[in-house]
Amino acid sequence: MKRISRDALAARVAQDIPAGAYVNLGIGLPTLVANHLPSEREVILHTENGLLGMGPAPLPGAEDFDLINAGKQPVTALAGAAYFHHGDSFAMMRGGHLDICVLGGFQVSARGDLANWHTGAPDAIPAVGGAMDLASGARRVFVMMEHFTKDGQSKIVRECTYPLTGVACVSRIYTDLAVIEVTPSGLAVTEIYGELGFKELAALGDVPLTDHTKDHIKDPTR
Amino acid sequence: MVNKIISSATEALQDVPDGATVMIGGFGGAGQPAYLIEALIDQGASQLTIINNNAGNGETGLAALLKARRVRKIICSFPRQTDSHVFDGLYRSGEIELELVPQGNLAERIRAAGAGIGAFFTPTGYGTELARGKETRTIAGRHYVLEYPLHADFALIAAETADRWGNLTYRKTARNFGPIMAMAATVSVAQVKTVVELGAIDPEVVVTPSIFVDRVVQIGPLAAMGQGT
Repeated sequence: MKRISRDALAARVAQDIPAGAYVNLGIGLPTLVANHLPSEREVILHTENGLLGMGPAPLPGAEDFDLINAGKQPVTALAGAAYFHHGDSFAMMRGGHLDICVLGGFQVSARGDLANWHTGAPDAIPAVGGAMDLASGARRVFVMMEHFTKDGQSKIVRECTYPLTGVACVSRIYTDLAVIEVTPSGLAVTEIYGELGFKELAALGDVPLTDHTKDHIKDPTR
Repeated sequence: MVNKIISSATEALQDVPDGATVMIGGFGGAGQPAYLIEALIDQGASQLTIINNNAGNGETGLAALLKARRVRKIICSFPRQTDSHVFDGLYRSGEIELELVPQGNLAERIRAAGAGIGAFFTPTGYGTELARGKETRTIAGRHYVLEYPLHADFALIAAETADRWGNLTYRKTARNFGPIMAMAATVSVAQVKTVVELGAIDPEVVVTPSIFVDRVVQIGPLAAMGQGT
């Protein structure tokens, strides 16, 4: 079966981010999406630590450690950028002002519950950061993740077994195999990369999926 | 004459008692008031409850305060990082208590304390283990969790420029928790790079108005102070 690379996945997510959108890219895999937004498309990136209009990483030697992203890496500020404090930054999330956030995931359930902050392992040190605020606050929550765990378990599940980040918060799932919309009637597969058929995809997990790969799905974010 | 400029960090923090709740600004290293933290370590207060977004990086700043075993409890959103080994060790050996709070709830609880709000309903965390046991309510079809304000005895923050009244400006994303922590503490102390004459900060660009600031300490040589720089 054809699994696309992390970069190809980031490029696929980037396709669905329209001009003019205010977008937060979570730390880890979602950060790669920024590399695939065409420069002529104005997308305004939000970083939770207090910047709208985030630009790419600075050139070596030009790092400013007062200008960082949520992953604490040096970034730049584009013309038109604004700085603000944490109270305002999270009001942008909770107040529904962000059009899209893109988050990584451990598991997404059939009704769009997300688990992405804690494995629940007894020796793990929990850390949540802004994940719960983004999950509950952004207008649309895109989750990008590999379809399977390293030991072959589907990350799309009937019920999350890891601690939840948010309840019924996910709008759409982008995996390295397919694009899946979370709808009130369940998970709708809208796109499968490569030659894998819908039935084969559905047989890879135990979650009911419906086939919308032949539909002309109008992307509501465009 | 109102003058909140204190000549040394030691003097600015001399009355922090054992058992105090202390907010410390910063997001990782950006905006972390390292100069004031160093003075707090020297001052010796212990059994502290610390409120910060993280739980220290490397061996300096907040990590050094933890390493000196002055902290009984930390309230934060993201303790685990690649270089949080000081916290990790204390946590695993049961020597520090952790209250984990989603970052936006942390910010809003701090802001609420500064704004005199008794409690608030937030959607963040609903249905998760971080909301377990908390009161919930459904308002207009949406689920919320009741969260209470976070007050502190002291707030230690880093800003860029101050005047003697305590008006503050910040630099880039080092602003982060500074403005809301300044509002939420009984005594707020700002370390700044530059002290300027009253009136030299354009009122249009003041980020933290002086009413929220009690003490200001300039980092580095104090000689620069009286020169209006």
